Amino acid sequence: MNATPTIRPGWFALVWTHLRKDLRIEGRSRESINSMLFFALLVVVLFSMAFDPTAAASRQIAAGVLCVATLFASVSALNQAWAREIRHQVLDALRMTPSDAAALFFAKALANFFFVSLVQLVLGPVFFIFYNLHPLGDTWQLALVIPLGTWALVANGTFFAALSIRSRNREMLLPLILFPIFLPALLAMVLGVKTILTGDGSDPQLLWLKLLAGYDILFMTASLLLFETVLQAE
Amino acid sequence: MMKKLFLLTGIAAIALLMSWGFYQAMYAAPADAAQGDIGRIFYYHVPHGMLCYLFFTINFVASLLVLGWQRTNPARALAADAWALAGAEVGVVFCSVVLVTGPIWGRPVWGIWWTWDPRLTTTLVLWLIYVSYLLVRRFTSGSQVTTLAAVLSIFGALDMPVNYLANRLWRTQHPSPVFGGDPDAGLKDPAMLHAFGWNLLAWAVWGLAVLSFRVYIERRQQKIQHNAALAALNAD
Repeated sequence: MNATPTIRPGWFALVWTHLRKDLRIEGRSRESINSMLFFALLVVVLFSMAFDPTAAASRQIAAGVLCVATLFASVSALNQAWAREIRHQVLDALRMTPSDAAALFFAKALANFFFVSLVQLVLGPVFFIFYNLHPLGDTWQLALVIPLGTWALVANGTFFAALSIRSRNREMLLPLILFPIFLPALLAMVLGVKTILTGDGSDPQLLWLKLLAGYDILFMTASLLLFETVLQAE
Repeated sequence: MMKKLFLLTGIAAIALLMSWGFYQAMYAAPADAAQGDIGRIFYYHVPHGMLCYLFFTINFVASLLVLGWQRTNPARALAADAWALAGAEVGVVFCSVVLVTGPIWGRPVWGIWWTWDPRLTTTLVLWLIYVSYLLVRRFTSGSQVTTLAAVLSIFGALDMPVNYLANRLWRTQHPSPVFGGDPDAGLKDPAMLHAFGWNLLAWAVWGLAVLSFRVYIERRQQKIQHNAALAALNAD
């Protein structure tokens, strides 16, 4: 009798396996990205029509509109990410595998981060055109502030979507939990982007950026440590 | 009979303590030199703020115990869960009082009801997080509610230090801390300190009494559910 040798893949190999699966599913169906993109576009158009801002005013409000559009759009995709696993009892299978649950969470968060960032990349130019934006500050900082804020959104979102998917009214619960907890990061993200767009030099020490980074590290650590508990909750 | 007598004495003592606190705040303490009588709301606003930390901390510690005991001692985890729920409920009530008394004071003193300064914003966020905690408990059924709520509570507790430090780290429109802040700040008049101390004590005793009642009711409810589940099992 030849016993099959047990191969224990490393943590990052696990993450890569989960991530590849999620990217492949999305690459074939494109459900999440398409719906997010269209929804975010609608929000941008709606706000533009509702406020009809001038160039100066749009610099003030654009950051908020962009962040809120991303937030609303990502909620449906985050729910979808776990609902997909529930459909054919995939989640139960994942719970039974003797692998680290944190790796599953991290891969899901990475995949969602990738989708939401892609939506932002497509949306960005549209945004600049509709709002006649002409940033006055250091534009390169946007490449730091927006990913950090997006990570705060998707990492928490992925975690709380996993938590709320176990409840009776699945889809309704996520925004109720996610929005209050995401609020500090939203504030830092909006004010950080606003400082860059208006170039008012109100934040020379990049306080908002540091706040976002601190928030990301803190909540990421908590999520990684607690995900096993959420996944195995009976 | 003894139990009832004990209960009535307790309720009377709490009522007496709270009236004494009211007397201290409204009559014994002098009016604030700069703000006049509206400054007396301080004797309610600040104790409630401090106590809402206490109740949210009870919620946090109980939630940690829930997670720790869940596998090893489910009966104890269930008891801790009752404390967590009661802590969050009483904490939300106290935090609501802070959020209501604040604008009542702000309108005459600042001229505005509300401003988005770090202290006010983080307090509102704290309140929202714990309201969402209570909502999760409502919407989730079965035994997993205990675990999921405990996890959420840990995230809520992460906001507490930020809220505490908000008017220490940043220059806020909210007045600077009365205790544990700048040595020049704070209460200097002994009559004011008395009024503050009595109110803090009275509201702490009142809050803890409500908390104990709530825990007691929740434990009864858990017992009823447990018995109903057993009866359903035996009926088969």
